[in-house]
Amino acid sequence: MKGRMIVATLLAAALVLSLSLGGCSSEKKALTVGGIFSITGPASYLGEPERNTLQMLVDEINAKGGIKGTPVRAVIYDDEANVTKARLHAEKLITNDQALAVIGPSLTHTSMTVLEVTQKAHTPLISCAAGVGITAPAKERQWVFKTAQTDAMAVSRILQYLQKQGLTKAAILTVSTGFGISGKEQLEAQAPKYGLQIVANEVFGEKDTDMTPQLTKIRGTDAQVVICWGTGPAPALVAKNMKQLGLKIPLVQSHGAASKKFIELAGDAADGIIMPAGKLVIYKQLPDSDPQKKVCQAYDEMYQKKFNAPASSFGGYAYDAMQMLKMAIEKVGPDKAKIRDALENTKNYVGVSGIFNMSPEDHNGLTPDAFVMVKIEGGQFKLLD
Amino acid sequence: MQGEDRKPKNRKQIKGLEHLAPLLQYLISGLTNGAIYALIALGFGIIYNSTTIINFAQGEMVMLGAMCAISLFHFYPSLPLAFLGGVAAVTLAGLLFERLALRPVRDQSPIVLIIITVGGAVFFEGLAMMIWGKEAYSLPPFTGNAPLRLFSATLLPQNLWVIGLGALLVLLLEAFFRFTLVGKAMRACSYNRQAARLVGIPVSRMVQLSFGLAAALGAAGGILVAPLTLGVYDMGAMLGLKGFSAAILGGLGSIVGGVLGGLIIGVAEALASGLISSGYRDAVAFLILLVVLFLRPQGLMGGRR
Repeated sequence: MKGRMIVATLLAAALVLSLSLGGCSSEKKALTVGGIFSITGPASYLGEPERNTLQMLVDEINAKGGIKGTPVRAVIYDDEANVTKARLHAEKLITNDQALAVIGPSLTHTSMTVLEVTQKAHTPLISCAAGVGITAPAKERQWVFKTAQTDAMAVSRILQYLQKQGLTKAAILTVSTGFGISGKEQLEAQAPKYGLQIVANEVFGEKDTDMTPQLTKIRGTDAQVVICWGTGPAPALVAKNMKQLGLKIPLVQSHGAASKKFIELAGDAADGIIMPAGKLVIYKQLPDSDPQKKVCQAYDEMYQKKFNAPASSFGGYAYDAMQMLKMAIEKVGPDKAKIRDALENTKNYVGVSGIFNMSPEDHNGLTPDAFVMVKIEGGQFKLLD
Repeated sequence: MQGEDRKPKNRKQIKGLEHLAPLLQYLISGLTNGAIYALIALGFGIIYNSTTIINFAQGEMVMLGAMCAISLFHFYPSLPLAFLGGVAAVTLAGLLFERLALRPVRDQSPIVLIIITVGGAVFFEGLAMMIWGKEAYSLPPFTGNAPLRLFSATLLPQNLWVIGLGALLVLLLEAFFRFTLVGKAMRACSYNRQAARLVGIPVSRMVQLSFGLAAALGAAGGILVAPLTLGVYDMGAMLGLKGFSAAILGGLGSIVGGVLGGLIIGVAEALASGLISSGYRDAVAFLILLVVLFLRPQGLMGGRR
């Protein structure tokens, strides 16, 4: 038994060696694009569509003969939403896999650690996470870009909307993860600008299952609206708990809840909830004049065909990252520094998440217009404004 | 907006009770969670009585109960059937776990068995992740979703279901131990195994039964709470630890103690997150656990049963 194991191991090692040597000796060396996503673990709802999208795009590029005739190889790792694993994978991608550029990670805190590695290795990184600190200040983040709309934009979009509705007192309820903390900071910082007073400031854990104590406290204040900042199942429970408490003031969720899964989990408590969302979720309701409509439709149809599930805005981050990377490589060839410069000069790229205009000061390139405000009615997203 | 004109009226109505209003709400929330912790704590107690080990897979039975019921409900949308089917499936899982993982090594020291149950917990969680994936699922409430008013607080019919059915299960359990022959035999085993064997009680069958009973209680708890909290593959670990804290607080093996422990921890959690800060929610249960272990390791109702 033991002998057989050793033989098997040797065989496997030989196979791996011959494969990697074979790769080296082939005429055209494939361009390697690295991917680090939270495919399993608590953030799998982000990582899974991102992985699927990246793989789908790379397959499509190769089916069309690669980038300028050179095939592309996607090496994708799963960080399980774990900072240490994300860092190890980043190092592996750069030293072992010789990645030209890295797409991901899915989360703000994993992105913050991975960018340290890629910055040092002078490798472009296109993060799929929301945190504003990933690319700002851009001068110190030479090699880092991101495609997800920042939470600051979602906050401005919400506050603009509330101001238009004439609401002046809000209660905020945020999750205690990086996403929630960043959202909370942005809400607190921007609220005065829009004449909004924060009358209650509550927090919940990512895995909490009962938010009635926090909402009871909010019920005791004169808040006119509740703003909830979270991802995963918890925001759906907030919606359910509000209904349970008979709290009838409107509930605003963050873009982190803008998915079909949220509606499914919240059930009839989802009705009437307002949130900012990327245009993908309501692209069918956009006027034909909107340049993003076509891009969203193409992505959604491609994803549906391949994975038999609707595309999500999260996968869209990876879509935009790969498309911009492809454009950059097409323009300047497989050279890390030149790719970085080309990414920084991306102008008017119409993507799933918005229209990107990068500059040396802005490595995200989006404006609050990348979001639309939507309302859930009868289990469907409806475009508000 | 709609809420604006309604709000001030509401606030005037409850003015006299303004300070009490949130307390009652916290109490409802605490009692609901506490009832679930109590059911889990009883599972710990039953198994402890028959084997003197702690079954750390108890929390996973709660998760399996919720997930099985959700799946059954998808196949055939009848809540009573999903409830009974879920409990039956998990009872079977509990029985099999004892038969396949613990009985073959029953002569080992308790610590070995306890470590096996920890392994069992990891196994069940992994299995659930493979079957159901990492997503959360919802189960509709047993009866309606319209909130009821109770003085200044509101509650869902599901809160009443959890507390009421939980209480009924505890009463049934007490009656089972007190009045049925099998129940008495199980109690005999817990008092003195040797003597029980001498009078002809099949001790190993009683041990197996206790695993089935504990699994059934956990599963019932999971199904009761699923409409409120959703079901996810990894919900079991935290619930198991809370139930364990409740069992220790009440005194391992005591029914009254387990119920009391569960309710105290549930209410303490709700009060802590409502009055102090929601960040302390999980800390409270474990703080209580530590304090009890330091000051009164036998628990509130501990000592001799």
